[in-house]
Amino acid sequence: MSVPSPHTGGSVFRTVLGDADIDRALTRIAHEILEANKGAEDLVLLGIPRRGFPIAQRLARKIARTDPTVNPGRIVGRLDVTMFRDDLRKHPTRPPGPTELPSSGIDDKVVVLVDDVLYSGRTIRAALDAIVDVGRPRIVRLAVLVDRGHRELPIRADHVGKNLPTSSAEKVRVRISEIDSVDEVIIEGPA
Amino acid sequence: MKHLLSTENLQGTQAIRILDTAEEMAAVGEREVKKLPALRGRTVVNLFFEDSTRTRISFEAAAKRLSADVINFAAKGSSVSKGESLKDTAQTLEAMSADAVVIRHWASGAPARLAASDWIDASVINAGDGTHEHPTQALLDAFTLRRHWSKIAGLPSLGEDLRGLRIAIVGDVLHSRVARSNLWLLTTLGAEVTLVAPPTLLPVGIDTWPCRVSFDLDEVLATGPHAVMMLRVQGERMNAAFFPSTREYARTWGFDDERLAALEASAGKDTIIMHPGPMNRGLEISSAAADSPRSTVLAQVRNGVSVRMAVLYLLLSGDDSAQPTPAQEAITV
Amino acid sequence: MSTSYLIKGATIATGEAGVDVLVSDGRIADRGRSLSAAGAVVLDADGLILLPGMVDIHTHLREPGREDAETVETGTRAAALGGYTAVHAMANSMPVADTAGVVEQVHALGRRAGWVDVRPVGAVTVGLAGERLAELGAMAESRARVRVFSDDGICVSDPVLMRRALEYVKAFDGVVAQHAQEPRLTEGAQMNEGAVSAVLGLAGWPAVAEESIIARDVLLAQHVDSRLHVCHVSTAGSVDIIRWAKQRGVKVTAEVTPHHLLLTDELVRSWDPVYKVNPPLRTDDDVTALREALADGTIDVVGTDHAPHPSEYKECEWAQAAMGMTGLETALSVVQHSMIETGLMDWSRFADATSMLPARIGRVETQGRPLEVGEMANLTLVDPAARWTVDPHKMATKGRNSPFAGLELPGAVVATFFAGHPTVLEGRLNTPHPDAQGE
Repeated sequence: MSVPSPHTGGSVFRTVLGDADIDRALTRIAHEILEANKGAEDLVLLGIPRRGFPIAQRLARKIARTDPTVNPGRIVGRLDVTMFRDDLRKHPTRPPGPTELPSSGIDDKVVVLVDDVLYSGRTIRAALDAIVDVGRPRIVRLAVLVDRGHRELPIRADHVGKNLPTSSAEKVRVRISEIDSVDEVIIEGPA
Repeated sequence: MKHLLSTENLQGTQAIRILDTAEEMAAVGEREVKKLPALRGRTVVNLFFEDSTRTRISFEAAAKRLSADVINFAAKGSSVSKGESLKDTAQTLEAMSADAVVIRHWASGAPARLAASDWIDASVINAGDGTHEHPTQALLDAFTLRRHWSKIAGLPSLGEDLRGLRIAIVGDVLHSRVARSNLWLLTTLGAEVTLVAPPTLLPVGIDTWPCRVSFDLDEVLATGPHAVMMLRVQGERMNAAFFPSTREYARTWGFDDERLAALEASAGKDTIIMHPGPMNRGLEISSAAADSPRSTVLAQVRNGVSVRMAVLYLLLSGDDSAQPTPAQEAITV
Repeated sequence: MSTSYLIKGATIATGEAGVDVLVSDGRIADRGRSLSAAGAVVLDADGLILLPGMVDIHTHLREPGREDAETVETGTRAAALGGYTAVHAMANSMPVADTAGVVEQVHALGRRAGWVDVRPVGAVTVGLAGERLAELGAMAESRARVRVFSDDGICVSDPVLMRRALEYVKAFDGVVAQHAQEPRLTEGAQMNEGAVSAVLGLAGWPAVAEESIIARDVLLAQHVDSRLHVCHVSTAGSVDIIRWAKQRGVKVTAEVTPHHLLLTDELVRSWDPVYKVNPPLRTDDDVTALREALADGTIDVVGTDHAPHPSEYKECEWAQAAMGMTGLETALSVVQHSMIETGLMDWSRFADATSMLPARIGRVETQGRPLEVGEMANLTLVDPAARWTVDPHKMATKGRNSPFAGLELPGAVVATFFAGHPTVLEGRLNTPHPDAQGE
């Protein structure tokens, strides 16, 4: 599966998931979510921008395909965690983005946080803080497309599309067609 | 951006970034938990050399909603009775590890002086300096305008500028830091500004400003501006022969009941009436105008907190030390 | 017998090169080509310009009373380093130089220091209060022999008082040096009134406040046929009025400061009070008019308005800062930069504007004289090719408030001879005049 990089000199790129792989993984996650929740009742999917949000939308559509009573637009929201991050001062200023909750809110709901990559766990830590400020869900679960390991906090995902053992010198790039016009997961490593 | 000293040197993209961030802050203000952890552990000093409870509590609320520690420092020291010097005060704040100094000063340029000095390393936010600028007031006015007019147009306000809006700023332009900051910001954002004032209250040199000037308020109102911003008449100007009497001023340049009625009857269907406060009711604005549905006075106050949160967040949350400050351009002779 | 000095191969103000000048016993003992003198210290002046010692018509030495800002000793050291052999010390000391006693004190301090000829200026009105005339006659007859009278810092705004002063000084060939500033038009003024003040929100100092006083004063001077000197002319309009007055034969002279020849009010945008001065920095158009006026003689002389301040007077908000700039140690370079290198004037006109004419205005007989045998040896030797970067911390003045700090300027004073004695040699302070301690 290793493909030499066409566009850079210093790195090697490996495509680890293609569009069909991603679609299969998301289908599986959608089923897992329904199974864990015993149906779609009280379910809310909160995507973490940027790429977690379109992934959450896709999961909602897949859930709706299984359970036609679900309106996929009504169970998806967007949770901006910028101002809850613990590394704000280590980067140039990041303007916050919008947080949009489903009209039903999240109180007493089963909230599934959706993100593209789970790495240190710090983004999810920020998301848990952000959730507390907008409501009180009954349960919070976590779904990620890729878990690449190297956790720095006691956080784990409930639903994982693909476990990717990586070295910390490598970079995992998730591309989602809504943003990047292609679906793929790439590992970028030193040559 | 390290400091916010003026709107004259603020670029359009920077201004829109502040307004967009303020939108997110406003959303936080509507939640049950109105607090964000973004500035936890950072210290904001409100350094006020001039009394202004309104501006101080607005900045205080903004800083506290972002979890910053707030120290209020009312430094006395007028041109008559010299108190502790600005330098000594700044060095004291530096020793207390202030991350930001929100400064209100009776002397034009005091915030810029502080920012340019090596007395203190903190971010400096101008909360009104003499008759120079009041940038956060202009930003909250622009925010109020953008929200109001995008709502009427049924469009989202994020990312938008103010192109197409016509704004009249009326009153004591000469001594108004609000007028200056608004003129620069509104025109940077694409609005057209007309200043309306008695000739004695317009500065010499105004011919270089990017605006129209009129001495006739009724003529300007008849054109149906999108907003009319009334400036406060300072008490000390009333006795200094800038105009013959307060009655003549109110009649000629005040937003009185007849002008309100004329506006209702004419083209200015959605014209809003703005005032930075505190108002002299019956002088530059009548009670009926101030309390009419057109008045955005309270919305301005509310938006003030969101805009100041945005400014504090954008100046303090990240590490932009590598970026130069546009206001600090080299002066050559 | 004191040391003799032989200045060899200098170019003099008229442009004549290869001139040797022998300085001996305080005077120019010889002048010619290929001179030699046994025992004389030889100064190689090849490529250097020999000028009559510079005379400042407008200096603030601050003593007595504000010794934290400057003393006669430090101020006159600065003057010598700047190429000056005489300075007129303005009257706004504490106490004000409005009596024979104070002007004699300042004069004596100058003699004791021995760096330059200190010519005290007497106040026009008691305590600079603008209410009644000071004892002008007593100051004129004192050992200080005051000929220039000024309330500088404050305008003699009362027209009747100004008329009386102009009339009264005729009795002893004096001159009234007016600080032209209409007080009501400049209440609280912080900078030039115009496009920049409009943006900065600083109270304006309008040009008309200067011009209206000058217009009144030239008419008064004409009416009573007396001598008027206009201090620190700063506007194009003032130049027009003075030009008009001179054409009508009014006995008016005028000065311009080096800073008004170079700097504009755009600098105030920095909010650095080092640029705060009275009259304020004006616009480009004013600078152009002032340069032309100095070149064509409408403005007669350069006066530094050297105004040192302790640093705390500038380390503050603009509105609280003191007005004034140092100037003695930069004047020559700034004038060379703005007037000579721009081709507006030559060294001959420079000598007139910085030496001959200010000496004549102040009636200082031994200064501003031609380089002739027998004249008192007050000389300034200049290296016009030198370039240096202004550093206020290296100056002799106590004031650090130089608006030229960091600027690279042309021209350096190599030597200054005061009454035949080198107060400056090789660009550094030498020793005061040996007669100094004997006073």
